[in-house]
Amino acid sequence: MNIDITTVNSAPRADAEAAKDASQVRQKQMIADHYEQLSRAREDGRKVVYTFVPGNLTELIRSLGLLPVLPEINALQSGMRKLSGNYIAEAEKLGHSEDVCTYVKCDIGMMKSGNVGPTGMRIPEPDLLLLSYTGCFTFMKWFELLREEYKCPVVMLHVPYQGDGEITPAMRDYVVRQLRDVVVPALERVAGHALDMDDLARRLDLSRQAENDLVAVWEAARHRPSPIDGYFGGVYYIGPIFSAFRGTEDAVDYYRLLRTEVEHRIAQKLGPMTPDGPSSEERYRLVVEGPPNWTSFNDFWRMFSREGATVVSSTYTRVGGLYDTGFRHDSRNPFESLADYCLGCYTNLNLPMRTALLERYIREYQADGFLINSVKSCNSFSAGQLLMLRELERRTGVPGGFIESDLVDPRYFGKANIENRVQSYLQMLEARKNKVTA
Amino acid sequence: MNALSLPTDASDPLAPALERARSLAEDLDLATVRAWKTAHPGALAVGYMPIYAPRPLFEALGTLPVGVFGGGDQLDIIRGDSYFQSYICHIPRSTLELALSHRLDVLDAMVFPSICDVIRNLGGMWQMLFPDRYAAYLDLPQNFDAARGGVFYVAEMSRIADELTRRGARPLTAEALNRAIRDENERRATLQQLDEVRRIEPWRLRASEAYLLLRAGAVLSALDHTELVRRFLDGARLRQPRAYDNVRVVVRGAFCEQPPIALIRTLEASGCDIVDDDFQLGLRFIDAPIAEDTQEPLRALADAYLRHGTATASRYIANEVKGDALIARVRATEAEGVIFCAASFCDPALLDQPMLEAALDRANIPHTALKYAENTGQFQVIREQAGAFSDAVKLWGSAA
Repeated sequence: MNIDITTVNSAPRADAEAAKDASQVRQKQMIADHYEQLSRAREDGRKVVYTFVPGNLTELIRSLGLLPVLPEINALQSGMRKLSGNYIAEAEKLGHSEDVCTYVKCDIGMMKSGNVGPTGMRIPEPDLLLLSYTGCFTFMKWFELLREEYKCPVVMLHVPYQGDGEITPAMRDYVVRQLRDVVVPALERVAGHALDMDDLARRLDLSRQAENDLVAVWEAARHRPSPIDGYFGGVYYIGPIFSAFRGTEDAVDYYRLLRTEVEHRIAQKLGPMTPDGPSSEERYRLVVEGPPNWTSFNDFWRMFSREGATVVSSTYTRVGGLYDTGFRHDSRNPFESLADYCLGCYTNLNLPMRTALLERYIREYQADGFLINSVKSCNSFSAGQLLMLRELERRTGVPGGFIESDLVDPRYFGKANIENRVQSYLQMLEARKNKVTA
Repeated sequence: MNALSLPTDASDPLAPALERARSLAEDLDLATVRAWKTAHPGALAVGYMPIYAPRPLFEALGTLPVGVFGGGDQLDIIRGDSYFQSYICHIPRSTLELALSHRLDVLDAMVFPSICDVIRNLGGMWQMLFPDRYAAYLDLPQNFDAARGGVFYVAEMSRIADELTRRGARPLTAEALNRAIRDENERRATLQQLDEVRRIEPWRLRASEAYLLLRAGAVLSALDHTELVRRFLDGARLRQPRAYDNVRVVVRGAFCEQPPIALIRTLEASGCDIVDDDFQLGLRFIDAPIAEDTQEPLRALADAYLRHGTATASRYIANEVKGDALIARVRATEAEGVIFCAASFCDPALLDQPMLEAALDRANIPHTALKYAENTGQFQVIREQAGAFSDAVKLWGSAA
């Protein structure tokens, strides 16, 4: 599966802007500090837990004094740093099929090449693989593969899928039992001490605060012009909360700062930042489904930003937590709350629920169009998207666009082809607008 | 010649049973299921996708469980392709084609067991495309402790059973479920005899023939299928076939989207006796008897899944060593090599394969790998590859 996140070296470069937003600077420092801690983990005697973004249990990991590593984020960062092509080739040479998820192959190739992270420092080997099986079958195979390489323990948290459109009591109870009886004991064994429930509750309160501010940032896109890009810019906004920082004071400070900046942009009627500086005009408001391409991320973004297309909402920015439908972590019911978080991640929703959420975004954010970026690597996202496209057009009357690329395999990003499609789509939206105006 | 038909020999004592199996296996219009429903007025037919579904549960509800394995190479895909990108495997296309062409209208419900993201999402598509029919996602537990995964699985089965009952199935009773479990155990024991024949004398009953028999089981009740398996066994024992100097191989990776039967025959024609495989794994997924006549037969069904489920790619390997189960099968069947035979774009099989290959390397068991789609029509390359593999194993005892 896919996931996003901010990188140290490739924060959205505002080439035309001398100073970065304070939130960007803050996030960059947080991430640099985290990788610095990871690089010193062995000498500092700290233990490292690899886990996945959807269904991550960062509060638990942090409460036990452990350091999280998210291989999806390593993979996407490798993509942004133009390293993923070689890593994938390395994995394919070792016998991994060209048909399967490129995040997995990128991660394996990176490991075989020394496991050097985005700051140039080596990422330590895991003391535990926390296999949170949430919304993506490939996760399971990914950590089976890593277990073969690292020879370390794995603890599985099986999160049932909302296949029939609801979280049943049996599903929640199943996850809670696994958390209490399997996951926490495994983490405690690695940490060498018991979980402090008060500290966990404190962290869940911190999570809630950050989640409130993140939702305010998402909902700011209802303004015209939208002060944010909820997809290309949005992947930076989710950086801290989807990765190592949920349940930390750092995350609370970051999201408070980000919210303040966004509110300032609303007051000033400013559009979002783009790779070329502040957006000067909002010509099209789009909703996007599917992960972005990371190997040509800024090129991809510019195809939209240079045409005045702002993404007002996206589903990819909900894979590590769906907060704008009301969920918040709850310190009064810590395990139940963590279970509900895992069960509610975007890719754990069935296709009718995903379609309904997109319909809601299209309507609530008054989108002119919606676009699906279908990535070869991610069947969890991609299988069924063509039906979603038809269904959304039928329900909303808003035209959809469809492009194909990949997460981190540069062989599957055909720039000219994608650009042609995006331009044709935006021209169609323009013609449609003109027709309505006439 | 029809895609599934075999060369017939009237003097072959297996011919009548083989012909019956073939006609059932190629019954994409589900005429057999329609006939069953006519004979059982008011009863429901419940389709299910690979790999594994708890068939005794459905039989206990008075419904006919029907395995749906896609359209194979017998079906032109007219509308199914327009729902899937080129990098998605083939079985969801042909399954959707079957539904959109009304061949599956006889099914009152469809169950989508957790196997991979594609089949999972196909379940969601079903809910959107056919809102008047019940489409259930069956989440099979990946935690194999009775107090956690077992409790959850019992709840999952109860939830689906209740929904089917609301739609006209019989209410679930312990008596009916215990009876269905006995029937399933009987079928399993009979299929084991068939596997034993294949293991000892693979030329007596070819894998391509056993394949048809298993496929026929997708549209029959356990009792009816057991009867057909017995006829098969009787016919096979009366045969006087020639023994071939072939290489004994295990085939792995074809548990969901099925290879064309011509591909299986191609492997056989290339000098391979397939003594063990995971084609249509579902009927053989539980590798030990389910506890009979218990007070809580649902729990017995769950326990069988937890404790005796086959180590396949969609099942998490928790405490066991990856590849050990495959090596054990190779040893038990006295196979000389393994052919990985996976559908293109099949995430579970293809992600699993490097780990299994590494395990086989450590055990010095030769192996080779090929890919297919269910509608593959060209086999020359496969014939050459499998032929080279069998020659190498015969000559040098390895694929090197």
